[in-house]
Amino acid sequence: MRSWFVRIVYSGVVEAGPVRPWRTKAFAKVYGSYDKIQSFYNIMFAFLFFLAFILGYVVFAVYAERKVSAFIQDRLGPMEVGYYGLIQTIADLIKLLQKEDIVPENADKRLFMAAPVLIFTAVFAGFAVLPLTPDVIGSGANVGVFYLLTIITLDIIGLLIAGWSSNNKYSLLGAMRSVAQIISYEVPLGLIVLCVVMLCQTLDLQAISYQQGIWINQYAGNGLNYAQEVNYLFGISNIDVTQVGGFLTWNVFRMPLFFIAYIIFFIATLAESNRAPFDIPEAESELIGGFHTEYSGFRFAILFLAEYAMMLLVSLLGVVLFLGSWNTPLPNVGSIKLAEWTSGVPGTVYGNLMGAFWLLSKAMAIIFVQMWVRWTYPRLRVDQLMYLCWKVLTPASLVLLVLTGIWRLWM
Amino acid sequence: MQHSQISEFGYILLFIVGAIVFVIVALTVARLIRPNRPNVEKLSSYECGEEPVGSAWGQFNVRFYIVALIFILFDVELVFLFPWATVFGNRELIQATNGLWGWFALAEMFLFVGILVLGLAYAWVKGYLDWVKPQIKTPTFKTNVPAQLYEQINRKYAGKSPVAQPLEQAEIES
Repeated sequence: MRSWFVRIVYSGVVEAGPVRPWRTKAFAKVYGSYDKIQSFYNIMFAFLFFLAFILGYVVFAVYAERKVSAFIQDRLGPMEVGYYGLIQTIADLIKLLQKEDIVPENADKRLFMAAPVLIFTAVFAGFAVLPLTPDVIGSGANVGVFYLLTIITLDIIGLLIAGWSSNNKYSLLGAMRSVAQIISYEVPLGLIVLCVVMLCQTLDLQAISYQQGIWINQYAGNGLNYAQEVNYLFGISNIDVTQVGGFLTWNVFRMPLFFIAYIIFFIATLAESNRAPFDIPEAESELIGGFHTEYSGFRFAILFLAEYAMMLLVSLLGVVLFLGSWNTPLPNVGSIKLAEWTSGVPGTVYGNLMGAFWLLSKAMAIIFVQMWVRWTYPRLRVDQLMYLCWKVLTPASLVLLVLTGIWRLWM
Repeated sequence: MQHSQISEFGYILLFIVGAIVFVIVALTVARLIRPNRPNVEKLSSYECGEEPVGSAWGQFNVRFYIVALIFILFDVELVFLFPWATVFGNRELIQATNGLWGWFALAEMFLFVGILVLGLAYAWVKGYLDWVKPQIKTPTFKTNVPAQLYEQINRKYAGKSPVAQPLEQAEIES
């Protein structure tokens, strides 16, 4: 039993490697073809990894958030529990686990209890189509990014249910602000994602990932075949960087305007995850906690988890769409094959480990920037928020959409 | 191909079911170890210690509804644009039509987006995108202190904050 578990957990990495201990006919006879087992292992690995990673990441991120804010404000932050307060968040989690779960008398109780489940599920389901390494991805559905945008929209319904069912004025106000803000910023976000799809000509996030690195010619799946594809720096057809790789083949370098696109994407995702400076839905000083004012105990912890998971999700999406996904940032320079050394061939253990390493470290860097922004900028007023979304970001992303279309055909 | 795509959506279902199971298990564990001693005060709605007055389920600012309407406009547009975006630059189709395919598809979509931009412009001109701005109130307090006295003080202490460095002060004075 134990070995079966270990196989499932590690197979995503080990199975993909050159050493395949159970790639035998006898095994295949019992469990179906090897490829099926392999892909099933990879999917189970992606599922368990993301679930475990989100939990570990939230514990780390809450600590990091408090430390980063402390250092920005010239304080020390948590120092009591563990060395430098390292296990503060774990102590907080244990506390939340033991806290009484209060459901207000006037609340719509069923909806109130169901809302955290819906919110967490919507966010977690988004992780299903994110590639983790060249081989490990939850689901290879060819509508990847479209599905992702759709499923995280369910999060809004969860927020509204939570706010409405609490029957509390703060909660309802927070939920309404939250919904208005998220659906508004969904428009520039969707338009920018559309720009990337126009450039990459696919909705499959794994295909988009392969396009941004030196292994572009190795991708063949979902009816796509990139064996003949060539990557040009900024799409200019005499600077061939297919074999150079590194940051030069990232989407921000495949199209000159994608730097601006990424900035719009970043601002929109800050608003999507209700992060400061777009945190009027949860403005502590006026709305207590926004839609989760009435939540307590572990139900609140689930909402908190979903919020941080959302941060991680949008950072990962930004990395996949713009910053080269799991590809290394180091280019091949002549005979010094930095890109090849630091990325490893897809299908090998090393390739998968480096893929996961680059993807996650880029995402962590983006999350650090999110925290940095939160503790640097003051909160926007609601009219400034709507002005920024509808009168700046939406027209800007429409212009980018048009320019990307022309660029795609012209290059 | 058909079959494999269905199983890919099955894996998405695995993520959804997995998330629900995880939350329910976590909440059940919490239920087993947490206390449960409700009382009237605890179960009342939270309003910073005040007795809550009335229900929160009342009327709401209609602007939220307008924002939702404009969002629907753009979201439907996006739904139509995504499938188009994956084919308009298709290399084979462009080669088969001597490059006509791409430009034709692009022109068509510009027309479509253009109509929607008109919708946005309409909402903009009509002022539906403007949220209520706080009115800045300038105080109209009458005082016997002449305005130039204030100006004098402002000039004297310009640039001097309580934490200003000695070096900066020296620079200002010189």
